[in-house]
Amino acid sequence: MSNFYTDNADLVFTLRNLDFEEVVTLREKGFKEAEKWDFAPVDYADAMDNYDKVLAVVGEVAGERIAPRARQVDEEGPHFENNTVTYHPLTVQNLKDLADAGVMGVMLAREYGGLNFPNTVYTMMTEMVSRADASLQNLFGLQDIAETISEFGDEDQKKRFLPRFAAGEADGAMDLTEPDSGSDLQSVRLKATQDPATGKWYLNGMKRFITNGCAKVHLVLARSEAGTSDGRGLSMFICEKTPELVVRRVEHKMGIHGVATVELQYNNVPAELCGQRRRGLTRYVMSLMNGARVAISAQAVGIAEASYREARKYASEREQFKQTIDNFPAVYDMLARMKAKLTAARTLLYETTKCVDLRFLYNHLAESAPSPEVQEKAKYYTRLAAILTPMSKAYSTESANRICYDCIQIHGGTGYMHDFDAERYYRDVRITNIYEGTTQLQHVAAIGGVMQRTLDKEIGILMEKIKAAGGEAASLAEKIASMYEKHLESVKFVADKKDAAYHDLRAKNLVENETFIFTGLLMLRDALKDNRRMVLAERFILDSFHEFECNWGAVMSGDDSTIRNHRSVIDY
Amino acid sequence: MYKVIVFVKQVPDTKNVTGDAMKPDGTVNRAALPAIFNPEDLNAVELALQLKDRYEDVKVVAATMGPPNAAKVLRDALCMGADEAVLLTDRAFAGSDTLATSYALHCVAKKIGDFDLVLCGRQAIDGDTAQVGPQIAEKLGIPQISYVQEVRELSKEKIVAKRAIEGGYEVLSSPLPALLTVVDANTPRPRNAKRVMKYKKAMGRSEFASTLPADADKASAVAEFEKKYAEKGLLITEYTAAEAGADPARCGLAGSPTKVKQIMSVVLTAGDFKNVEPTEAGVSQLIHELITDHTLG
Repeated sequence: MSNFYTDNADLVFTLRNLDFEEVVTLREKGFKEAEKWDFAPVDYADAMDNYDKVLAVVGEVAGERIAPRARQVDEEGPHFENNTVTYHPLTVQNLKDLADAGVMGVMLAREYGGLNFPNTVYTMMTEMVSRADASLQNLFGLQDIAETISEFGDEDQKKRFLPRFAAGEADGAMDLTEPDSGSDLQSVRLKATQDPATGKWYLNGMKRFITNGCAKVHLVLARSEAGTSDGRGLSMFICEKTPELVVRRVEHKMGIHGVATVELQYNNVPAELCGQRRRGLTRYVMSLMNGARVAISAQAVGIAEASYREARKYASEREQFKQTIDNFPAVYDMLARMKAKLTAARTLLYETTKCVDLRFLYNHLAESAPSPEVQEKAKYYTRLAAILTPMSKAYSTESANRICYDCIQIHGGTGYMHDFDAERYYRDVRITNIYEGTTQLQHVAAIGGVMQRTLDKEIGILMEKIKAAGGEAASLAEKIASMYEKHLESVKFVADKKDAAYHDLRAKNLVENETFIFTGLLMLRDALKDNRRMVLAERFILDSFHEFECNWGAVMSGDDSTIRNHRSVIDY
Repeated sequence: MYKVIVFVKQVPDTKNVTGDAMKPDGTVNRAALPAIFNPEDLNAVELALQLKDRYEDVKVVAATMGPPNAAKVLRDALCMGADEAVLLTDRAFAGSDTLATSYALHCVAKKIGDFDLVLCGRQAIDGDTAQVGPQIAEKLGIPQISYVQEVRELSKEKIVAKRAIEGGYEVLSSPLPALLTVVDANTPRPRNAKRVMKYKKAMGRSEFASTLPADADKASAVAEFEKKYAEKGLLITEYTAAEAGADPARCGLAGSPTKVKQIMSVVLTAGDFKNVEPTEAGVSQLIHELITDHTLG
C-alpha cells in the first residue's frame, strides 16, 4: 500500500507546521458555513484535520492507482484521429478516480460544488498527482481555469460553468499561445468580433501548444479591439467545444505524453466575454498565469520527489566494488544535494502558496469589508506573492531538472534505458522550466522585487527569530547574515550602475542569491520546529553558499564584456 | 426502492506481512498487522454503489461484525457512498468460524429487514474460505449467485448477473431477494472528499462510550449521543447478539464446530535449479524425471 501523502514526512511536516490559522479563518469566514454544509469545518482544528484526511485520500489515489498506470500512459499516450483526441483509457480512469474522490473543484466555493480549500492544500494535491504521473497534473491542474471564472466571471457564468468543473464533468483549457506569440502575449492576434445586431462574440484565428486543447470549456485570450496591437486590446473569452473549434494537430512531445498538446483553429467560434473588455491580458491572464506558475512549481517538486526516491532506492541496492554505491562519497554527495534541494524547493513553494492564499483572502476582504489595515495587508501580500511566485517557479523547476539529471547519473547506463522510470522523469521535468514562463522570464518577473527589497521585512523577522533561538541555527543564521550583507551590496552596485543591459544580464544572479538567503532562513525556521531538519538546513545553506559566492562575484566584477562582445563570440 | 445490504469485514493486511505476522503458536498476530478493508468487500461495495448510480432510489447499508474498532471499515464505506452503517458487536461473537459468522450475519440481515439484495465479497484474505456469503444465503433461504463480475439488469422481479466460471463466464437470472458474492472485476471508487469530511465524525455507541469517564451516567449519555448523531446522519447503528435476535448457543466459539487440530509453520526453502537444454533430448529427459518422481502421471 503506498500513499503519497502519508509516506512523505516532509509534506506531512509542512501541513502540520504551516502556521495556517490566519488563512483558514479568513477562508472559512469565521466557520459559519458549517451550519449550511455538513462537510464544512466547525473550527480551525477541524479544518486542518479535514485537509489532512483529504490529502490522505488523494495520496492513496496517487500512490495506489495513478502511479502504477503512469508508465503505460507515457508509452501509449492519447489517440488522435479525424480531428478528435481520445485520451488513454488509463488517463480516463485516473480522471474518474479523482472526480470520484471529489477533488476536481478543490478551491471553488461550496455553493458551486467545491471544497473551499486554500491554494496551499490544492497545491499539495498537485504535487502528489505529479509525483504519480506528471502528465496527469496538466489535466488535474486545469482547475485554475475554473478558479479564473470564479474570480472574474459574472454570477450567471459561475452558475453555469463552476458546478460542471467541480463534478469533473467539464474539463478546461487556457488558450493563450499562438504561433507568433509565446512569451510575448501582448502580440496575440486571434480575432474576437462582436455581431452588432445580436451582441454575440465570435472567435477567428489560431492557437498553438494548447494543453488539453480538446477540452469542453476554453478560456481564450483574443483581440477584441480592432486596430490595436498591444496588451490593452486583448480580452478574455469563454467558449465551449463546438464543431467550429477544430483540433488541427497533436504535438509529439519529449515528455508529459499523457496529455494532448494541440493546435487549434477557430472558425467563427461562438464565445462569451469573461470580465471586462481590454483587461484580458493585463488583469485576467496575469492572474491565471500566476496561479499556473504555482502549479508548475508543484509539478516540478512532485517529479523531483519521484525521481529522488528512485535514485535513493537504486543507490541503496546497486552493488559495485562489493558494496552498495550509496557508500561512495561521490554518490552520497549527489543524493544529499538532491534531498536538500528538494526540501528547499518544497519549503519555498508552500511559503509562496501561503502568501498567494493571503493575497487572495485580503484582496477579497478589501472589497467586501474595506479598512486601512486590510487594504495594507492586501497590498503587502500582493507584493510578496509577486516576487515569491516567480522565485519559487525558477528554483523548483531548475532544481527538479537537476535532481532528475542526477537520478539518471546515479543509475548509470541503466538510467539511460527506457526500462527504468528515471528517463521518464527527466523527459517530463524538462518542460517545467519552460512553460508558464521560462526561468529567464521568472527572473525578469522577480528582479523588480529584489531591487525594491520586498523581502527585507520577512528576512528581518526570520533572522531575528532564528538568532534568538541560539545554538546551531543561530550560527547558520550568522552565515546567512553575512551573505545577506554582501547581497545588499551587490543589489546596490547594480542599481547604482544604472545600466539596463547589465541589470538584465545579472537578474539571474541576484534572484538566485535572494532565493538562497530567503529559503535558507525558512529552512532554519523549520529546523527549530523539528531538530532532525537541522542537517537539511545546514546542507542547503552550505551548498548554496558556494553558488552564492559565484553569483556575487559575477555581479560585483562589473564585467560587461558579454554585452559588448556577445555578437562576435556567438558568430565566430 | 431497493435496499442493498453489503457485508464487509476488517481483516489483517496479509499482503504486507512483516516479520512478526505469526505468533509462535502459528496463529495470526492481528496486533502486528495493519487492519484493512477486505479487498473483495470493496468490490461488493462498489457494485452496490454502481447500482445506486444506475437505478432510482437504491439504499446501500454497509454492515459488519467485529469489535468496536471495526467501525473504521464502516466509515470507509460511508465515505465511498453507502447510506447507512450497521455494526454487530458483542463478546459473544468471539472465536466464530464461518458457520457461526454466517449465522450472526443472517440474524443482522433479518434485523435490518426488507432487503432486496445482500452483497458479500467472494472471500476474505485472512481465511480465504469463501463460505460465509453462500452460508448466509442458505440461512436466509434466498437464492445466491456467487463469483459475480457485474450486474446486467435489476428490476423488482429479478436480477441478472454475470458470474465468473472456469474458462469463461455465465449469465444467471434470479428472483429477489438474492445474495451475490462479488469478485474483483470492478475498480472500487476512492473515498470522496466531502463524505470523508462529513463521515469522519460517524460513530457507534461503543466507540462513543469508550470516550466517557468511568463515573459518567453512561446510559443517558449514550441515549443522547444516539439521538444527536442519528439526526445528523452520523450514527453507526449497533446491535448486540441479543438485539439481533441471535441464539447464544449458535454464536462465537459455542456455535463453531470447526476445531483446529494442528497448525504447521511451513518454511519454504529454495532448492537448486537445474538447467534443461531446449532440445528434444533435454525435454525428453525432463519428462522422464518428472514421471519418475510422480510429478506427472
